[in-house]
Amino acid sequence: MSKDYKDNAPITAKKFMEEFRRYQKGSVSRRHFMGVTGLGTAMAVMGSAMPGLMSSPAHASGDLGDRLIFSTWPNYHNPANMENFTGDTGVNIQINAFGSNEEMLAKLQAGATGWDVFVPTNYTISNYVELDLIQELDLSRLPNHDPSSQSPMFSNPATVDGKVYAVLKNWGHTGIAYNSAKLSKAPTSWKDFFDMTMGEGSGHTIVHDYQLTTIGGALCALGYSFNSVDAGELAKAEKLLIDSKPHLFAITSDYQPGMRSGDAWMTICWNGDGLQLNNDIPEIKYTLATDGGEIWSDFYCIPKDAEHVDAAYAFINYLLDPKVQVLEFESHGYATGDSRVDALLPPETAENEILFPAAELMNGLEFGAAATLTDPLRAEVIARFKSA
Amino acid sequence: MAATVTVMANENNRSGLLTGALLAPATAWFLIMLIMPLIVVAIFSFGERSPVGGYVASFTFDQYANLPSRFAAFRNTLTFAPFGTLASLLIAYPLAYFLAVKVSARWKLLLLVLVIVPFWTSLLIRTYAWIFILGGKGIPAMLAFIGIDDVRLINTPFAVMVGIIYGYLPLMVFPIYVSLDKLDKRLLEASSDLGGTPFRSFLQITLPLSMPGMATGCMLVFILLMGEFLIPAFLGGGKIFFVGNALVDLFLQSRNWPFGSAVAIMLVIVMLITVTLYMRLTVGKSTGRDESLM
Repeated sequence: MSKDYKDNAPITAKKFMEEFRRYQKGSVSRRHFMGVTGLGTAMAVMGSAMPGLMSSPAHASGDLGDRLIFSTWPNYHNPANMENFTGDTGVNIQINAFGSNEEMLAKLQAGATGWDVFVPTNYTISNYVELDLIQELDLSRLPNHDPSSQSPMFSNPATVDGKVYAVLKNWGHTGIAYNSAKLSKAPTSWKDFFDMTMGEGSGHTIVHDYQLTTIGGALCALGYSFNSVDAGELAKAEKLLIDSKPHLFAITSDYQPGMRSGDAWMTICWNGDGLQLNNDIPEIKYTLATDGGEIWSDFYCIPKDAEHVDAAYAFINYLLDPKVQVLEFESHGYATGDSRVDALLPPETAENEILFPAAELMNGLEFGAAATLTDPLRAEVIARFKSA
Repeated sequence: MAATVTVMANENNRSGLLTGALLAPATAWFLIMLIMPLIVVAIFSFGERSPVGGYVASFTFDQYANLPSRFAAFRNTLTFAPFGTLASLLIAYPLAYFLAVKVSARWKLLLLVLVIVPFWTSLLIRTYAWIFILGGKGIPAMLAFIGIDDVRLINTPFAVMVGIIYGYLPLMVFPIYVSLDKLDKRLLEASSDLGGTPFRSFLQITLPLSMPGMATGCMLVFILLMGEFLIPAFLGGGKIFFVGNALVDLFLQSRNWPFGSAVAIMLVIVMLITVTLYMRLTVGKSTGRDESLM
């Protein structure tokens, strides 16, 4: 029994390294690498012990294809709905989460996104139509869509020059979430937000990586319009942002992890996230600012160059089903503006102040303006703020 | 005599053709994947941003004139990249040495696999995990448990450094491991026979002979770090901004392709200068052995 261990080993260290280099350089596939090194076997054994890791076989009703690429926002869907759709149709959904409409626009402008469905915000749709980036929708393929059940205030931006390019998903508002256990007083305005950022909340505030809301918030704090594209007003907003930057915890549109861990005490917040946070951690409150802010509606759209158009229609139609929308609501906490859905929700939902704040606060809000999306100066202000 | 010469010339011709044929794919790849995109970027950098974003043809130096507005991004990159490389080297060397020299053959394979395993998961997911490890409910909560309060780790330069070392360590370990693994043990025995202490043998034999591995590892890590954007975005909270972040921002948010192109060209220039300097410094030390690990 004097045989060296190496004689029985599936692969020598040297050979392993050679194979690894080949794999690293891309001259062999991962499969080959895992196969020759024996690592694949190890993974397969583990995989079969955990069926959830194995990819599911394609379904019989596969005329929709097996794939759909969906670009949306963080924390904006019920995973159970996604799984059910895949279970019913065999269409696997690949989700990309974005932090800003600009990011979506940039990807679409560059072309070949591969997206089949995406979720733009009200003020971007006319831009997309002008740039010829989205399709006119064939509403006969969306039987679950019922315009008469929707509030026109939110669904109007879907129609450009008499043609429908989008269907309403949800509506909401952009305000402030704060941790009442950490802060001695509640911020009630954007002015408070930035004062407290540079005061007792220093080191614990998050602003979005999104020009509309971050610059918009700073503009409101200074008493200007959320949508301003005035050079002088933007210069003052930029100064406020750059002055507050050393006091920020982070610049990110994915602010839930920071708020949940207790590292961040205050953030610019979309109301659905506010509701999710408040449900799980009651000391995190959501409020609208008295000096303004954003009201918005989001839509489903199909890009011009979508590859899986049939699956896209089926998916949107599925998500417009009132019962599915109820499950979506339970997960993300944004109102639908659809009376069919409201009828299915528990009555106390209508009294929820995070969903439906007091009218006097709502009256101060502005919808984002089409010009705000593409304004070069706002784009440069946020870029300079981030790189400062 | 003349016939022989003709035959040789023919053979030269044939081997010349063969060489050309063999090099053609690589040359085409080089032209299509590197040179052409670089030319496009260079052309863009003299253009203007269209009103809705993107590129409009023009000839202006405005984009280059605007470069100082991204000074902080260059400063951060040129600070974190060398320090990150150095820190990775200092941590990777003992590990590679341990794997190559100290570990028995029985464990070597397993331990090597453990170094590789993280590569099987996307760096994005692994970096995201660090957000929770370094966040308030992670290490700081454990420190608070033993009485050290109010430690802030996430979104600090320290967190970015941890992410860099974590992400790039394997790239540093392997080249060093390979150069140490090939080390002829008889040289160390000879040194010992001649009265050299282990420490001296290490300094005069092991360390110089592993120089090519270190040089390769440093180069790999440094070049990749110069383009890094994910780790500062996730672990620096978007506040520690690298040139990579500026590029992502200019192309994917502000849609200012001409300025993004100018920043990219500037990054290439900075990279060429630093890498050339680096080669000057290290090649002198690690040549003499005709060997390359790449």
